[in-house]
Amino acid sequence: MITIESVTRTFAGFTAVDDVSFTAQPGRVTGFLGPNGAGKSTTMRILVGLTRATSGTASISGRRYVDLPNPGLEVGVLLDASAQHAGRTGREILSIAQRFMGLPRGRVEEMLDLVSLTAEEASRRVRDYSLGMRQRLGIATALLGEPEVLILDEPANGLDPAGIRWMRGLLLDYADRGGTVLLSSHLLHEIEVIADDLVVIGNGRIVAQGAKSQLLRSAGSLLRTTQREVLARALIDAGVSSSPVGEDGLLAQADTAEVGNIAFTTGVPVIELRPADGAGLEDMFLQLTAESRRDTIRDNQREGAVA
Amino acid sequence: MTTLDTRSATLASTRGRHRGIPLSRITTTELRKMFDTRSGFWLMASIGILALLATTAVILFASSHQMTYKTFTSAINIPMTVVLPVIAILSVTGEWSQRSGLSTFTLVPHRGRVIAAKAVACVSVAIVTIPLAFAIGALGNLVGTAIARVDPVWDLTVVNLLANVLANVLSLLFGFMLGVLIRNSVGALVAYFVYQFLLPTLSLILAASQDWFRELQPWIDFDYAQSALFDGALNTQQWTQLAITGTVWLIIPMIIGLRLVTRAEVK
Ligand SMILES: Nc1ncnc2c1ncn2[C@@H]1O[C@H](COP(=O)(O)OP(=O)(O)O)[C@@H](O)[C@H]1O
Ligand SMILES: [Mg+2]
Repeated sequence: MITIESVTRTFAGFTAVDDVSFTAQPGRVTGFLGPNGAGKSTTMRILVGLTRATSGTASISGRRYVDLPNPGLEVGVLLDASAQHAGRTGREILSIAQRFMGLPRGRVEEMLDLVSLTAEEASRRVRDYSLGMRQRLGIATALLGEPEVLILDEPANGLDPAGIRWMRGLLLDYADRGGTVLLSSHLLHEIEVIADDLVVIGNGRIVAQGAKSQLLRSAGSLLRTTQREVLARALIDAGVSSSPVGEDGLLAQADTAEVGNIAFTTGVPVIELRPADGAGLEDMFLQLTAESRRDTIRDNQREGAVA
Repeated sequence: MTTLDTRSATLASTRGRHRGIPLSRITTTELRKMFDTRSGFWLMASIGILALLATTAVILFASSHQMTYKTFTSAINIPMTVVLPVIAILSVTGEWSQRSGLSTFTLVPHRGRVIAAKAVACVSVAIVTIPLAFAIGALGNLVGTAIARVDPVWDLTVVNLLANVLANVLSLLFGFMLGVLIRNSVGALVAYFVYQFLLPTLSLILAASQDWFRELQPWIDFDYAQSALFDGALNTQQWTQLAITGTVWLIIPMIIGLRLVTRAEVK
């Protein structure tokens, strides 16, 4: 189990991670979702001790990462598949990890097999690897010590569709066998298909977290109507907030029965009414992404105005 | 279910049953990392190659009365004071400049232990290769004098040779310290060459023109204090000078560097 408690990290006045708390449970895949620059990598680096937290604590099975006697046997880590000496062969990189962990030599070939790197590919230097091959090698390194916890930062980057499906199967199976999986992504759809739990981060802060099923359910109802303004006002009167979607749609924060009832008593014709099915999550995520982009535009304009 | 991994039904909880990673294992792994790239391999091989070249040069160019064992070891020492520190620098800075530290420091999170293991590995390399280089020099002395039809002159004692080894180990450690302090290959290499080739010249000029500096030099110039090791047995005062300059130039910066290493982000 991974526990992160009130972790904050500032870089020269800029807060990259802001009071982040969450847990990743054994037997479940926890998706760590956020747009680029949201603070996912920094949080994961703090978790394994590569970056220091300004405040807060992170632990794995109740212990700080640095206190694990032989971390490779308890936690599989893949933060950046390209962070390897370019002049080493893939097999050599696995061999070094195998030696640090004190594992039998045969594990290296087993892992190469598992991630489908051929003997010939394993003898190539990683400078000649594609990003997908580096990811496979990184996953092999992470799984080498048969750890109970996996921490993977954007592992799907650079994998081909078959590779992504393969990794999905691997991680689901891993969680089924009782493992804890924390994996990050900046793509909602990528993580939606595999995660049991979601932690959504934006601008360093957690904006939503919980079981995926619950986050999707709480998304409310999606409806289309010919009199959107009238219905929106009626919804507000009934204490239900809503936001416009598309030409004639509304996303209401209530279930379909309640929304249908309000529309009926208001006497507004409804063209379509259905559960939002995660559309809320997607909206929230899009908004988050747009916000961080708008922030940079605004910053640029401000700089321009000063100059 | 889709699965490629058919080994075990459930992940056995191995928590709390692991033993720490012994320093010996970190050291042998770090030693392996010094050889396992093409550049690393050739850097190591260059110790032997350069010793051979230096020896050949003495045989070709030294006059028969110059041809003593000391001439050979002095010639060999010149490439050694470059190659050994470079090996030490790259073994440390590679973790940052090549970014392999991301793996190394997640597998062994106690960075001080990794640095200690690297230091032991580097010094081991020096202790094995320097006698080898001097053996090449001894062979050169036999061959060279045989060609010149003179008797070989063995003008170095065992103590002299040990002092030579110590001097080489000290320059290697100085390079190592720069690697730890600067953590960037180019930066540390440049710093080393400035120290090794520019500072002694400046120091020499200063000592020649300023009386006050000439008296002070042995007490503040590490390279000067160290070079005495190449010339013969040290007296008590020279040992003291070596200890004082070594503390200032080597040990204190090393402590600062270690503190920086344990706090720095590994990117
Ligand atoms: N060492 C650093 N110095 C300054 N800013 C940093 C540093 N590391 C990360 N950041 C900033 O922190 C923010 C979060 O980065 P990161 O955790 O890499 O985001 P993500 O992985 O979610 O894309 C970014 O704005 C990034 O520029
Ligand atoms: Mg990232």
